[in-house]
Amino acid sequence: MRGRRFFLKASLAVGGGLLLRAGVPGARAAEASLGAFVRIAPDGIVTIMSKNPEVGQGIKTMLPMVIAEELDVAWKDVRIEQASLNEAAYGRQFAGGSMATPLNYDGHRRVGAAGRAMLVAAAAAQWGVAAGACRTAEGVVYHDASGRSAGYGALASAAAAVPVPSDVVLKDPKDFRIIGQPFPGVDNAKIVTGQKLFGIDTVLPGMLIAAYEKCPVFGGRLASADLDAVKKLPGVVDAFVVRGKGGRDPQGLADGVAILAKNWWVANKAREALKVVWDEGPVVAQSSAGYAAEAARLAQAEPAAWLRRDGEPGKAMGEAAQVVEAAYSYPFIPHMPLEPMNCTAHWQDGKVTLWAPTQNPGPGQALVASELGVPVSDVTVHMTRMGGGFGRRLRNDFMAEAAAIARQAGVPVKLVWSRPDDMRHDFYRPAGFHFFKAGLDAKGAVTALTDHFVTFSRDGKVADSAQMDASEFPALLVPHLAFGQSMMDLGVPTGPLRAPRSNALGFVFQSFVDELAHKAGHDPVDFRLGLLGDRKVLVNSTGVPNPQRDFDTGRMRDVLLKVAEMSGWAGRGALPARTGMGVAFYFSHMGYFAEVVQASVARNGDIKLDHVWVAGDVGSQIINPSGAIHQVQGAALDGLGSALGQAITIERGRVVQASFDTVKPLRMDQVPPVEVSFVLSKFAPTGLGEPALPPVLPALCNAVFAATGVRVRSLPIDTAALKA
Amino acid sequence: MAYTIHVNGTARTVEVDGAMPLLWALRDELDLTGTKFGCGGGFCGACTVHVDGVPVRGCQTTVESVGASKVTTIEAMAGDAIGRRLQEAWMAMDVPQCGYCQAGQIMSAAALLALVPQPSDADIDAAMTGNICRCASYTRIRAAIKQAASGKAPAAGVGGRS
Repeated sequence: MRGRRFFLKASLAVGGGLLLRAGVPGARAAEASLGAFVRIAPDGIVTIMSKNPEVGQGIKTMLPMVIAEELDVAWKDVRIEQASLNEAAYGRQFAGGSMATPLNYDGHRRVGAAGRAMLVAAAAAQWGVAAGACRTAEGVVYHDASGRSAGYGALASAAAAVPVPSDVVLKDPKDFRIIGQPFPGVDNAKIVTGQKLFGIDTVLPGMLIAAYEKCPVFGGRLASADLDAVKKLPGVVDAFVVRGKGGRDPQGLADGVAILAKNWWVANKAREALKVVWDEGPVVAQSSAGYAAEAARLAQAEPAAWLRRDGEPGKAMGEAAQVVEAAYSYPFIPHMPLEPMNCTAHWQDGKVTLWAPTQNPGPGQALVASELGVPVSDVTVHMTRMGGGFGRRLRNDFMAEAAAIARQAGVPVKLVWSRPDDMRHDFYRPAGFHFFKAGLDAKGAVTALTDHFVTFSRDGKVADSAQMDASEFPALLVPHLAFGQSMMDLGVPTGPLRAPRSNALGFVFQSFVDELAHKAGHDPVDFRLGLLGDRKVLVNSTGVPNPQRDFDTGRMRDVLLKVAEMSGWAGRGALPARTGMGVAFYFSHMGYFAEVVQASVARNGDIKLDHVWVAGDVGSQIINPSGAIHQVQGAALDGLGSALGQAITIERGRVVQASFDTVKPLRMDQVPPVEVSFVLSKFAPTGLGEPALPPVLPALCNAVFAATGVRVRSLPIDTAALKA
Repeated sequence: MAYTIHVNGTARTVEVDGAMPLLWALRDELDLTGTKFGCGGGFCGACTVHVDGVPVRGCQTTVESVGASKVTTIEAMAGDAIGRRLQEAWMAMDVPQCGYCQAGQIMSAAALLALVPQPSDADIDAAMTGNICRCASYTRIRAAIKQAASGKAPAAGVGGRS
């Protein structure tokens, strides 16, 4: 379908496995390798390597499906193996940014197609016929004219000697038999029977299990520690101080005390007997209340910097028929994957091997090397399945800790964090504050809009995942618009959490737009369609076209109209009292999502989630519909959970909350039906782990307004304010 | 001191502090790692096991409290009629996302079906609300419980496995 140029580009994207003719690690003697991703046994069983770490996004099923499709094998004959870290062979291996599909879909198709071409060439050579006269189906090559056929297993060793094709022919998507069909996760049988699979299940001979006590205040250092009492406790094998470099990188090895035992409970409980004096450092002066007070103070002045200024917002406000002002805020929130942070490390001859539940093994390898002063080539990383991540495991502090503890211990060590450790030593979704003002003309059109965004800085730069894009909607659609920014110094580590930035900005912008719709007296769907205007592509603020950032108003119109139809939006006037529907949309990770939430608010303020409708456009092809619906439903419910019950409070430079009793993921009895519809478009397929999350928070808050007349301007939702 | 506990039909002896939670005796002493650690506070249900058929949180149940009771974990569910039906439904309906909570979910669901063979949505809410699924696979957990309760075989799997 496409030429050589695309193939070469794609090969680079997948690490050039076929071109390099790299063998698959672990291949058995009788198996033949067709590049780094595929090997075929004599009985026709095809093993496909899964390059990226599996965190619950379904990648270990989805990407191998793409190879299997073009290789033309039956899925029942496919076995999947998790690749270890080897970016020279596989290209970048990570789980983040909903990027696996855009980065790998074409490349994986070409890997499969090239393997198929090599098998066909081998058969054609054996039969003395033209390759073009052969066809394949479900792992068999056929030459119909002569009635001959041969299975891939019989052809594999000959195929492995065939030159790698310089060009490949991809299937017409109408001929897909695997892509587009719902396939269950390839690890499901192991999961439901409790087999070892996750990082925390790792067991090595002679291994000890470690708990690690760190300073509760971010950036604090260890002044002194008395370990005598701890070392005498029954079951404690060893306890020692670990020293970090004390650098500014919050991922860097932090000072602490490691306690080792054969049983984690023994090691963790021994922490109660520790006598440690911490030098808490300057962050102890910081608190959530302090940030809020400082943000309110900064909002009284001009922003420290302008992200964009279009037209003359001040003048336009003065001429507006009505001016609307509102202050929004959102808290720090944690990732809290259900499997606590853990990592197993084993040193031998100055080299370390890690079994790491990490979303980002390459930087983890580099971090271990730099923190422990060894060459990157001496750090081997095996990726395990992860019990969730949501972005937490893009940061690899736990890998450096495990490596440091194991080196001092002299035996293999599995480090396991407690739940309070996880809750109190995260890289949080940053809090933020927005001070909005908008002008509407007599017809209700938005003529001017300003946002003074008060966010956080670290070392003078915007803190990790605390940025706002200058092209945030409705930029480029409102003639007089300005985004200003002021910053406060932050000692709390922050980082990407599922749909970073968007998970907060979606809430504030789509809630404020809803306020404007009501002030204008317009239907919130019609009002948004009016803002979107004609179908066009809004090029991002850099001026350089970029599909990750350029906003296509036509694609958003399509999903907005779709969700209005799905939800019966036009008939919402018939809903009972204190029941309302709210709508919102958001563009992130190249995906367009519009969502409607219906919620009922009891007289005591309790919120019941009645129903959620989601319409999304992630391009021309849904690869695995079962996994795709999972990701969309999961993202929507994740967002609802955060809106209803999640906040991290900082007091004296440390986190107050410790577990799921005070920071609450959604539970079974709260979960509404979530209907999902994909709007297929002409664009290349893109990822689904994140983009369905951002619009659900404002859709819920807008539903609460429709039900009660109370506008939610801070999260989590304060139900006491919703009492009748 | 030494405690003999009956796990999955076998008497096993562990030399531990009697105050140790059953979870850690299973995971770190008996190498039964199917039972998962999620919070240690009884909030998440990842460590759910059965003691004499009753679902308990392994992190809140001390070894010394188990006595002669029979402990059943996820590793034994394939040999249990209800457990097997749940596992088949879980696989066919592709319930897991990350999968970390699912052992605990299945243990809670098995105890529910043993008590209430045809559970209502309210029964499912009551029995399952103590089990957090951080990926929020709840819709399929509910559907899979109903599928298993129906006694009908789920649609055959389609292969592809690790």
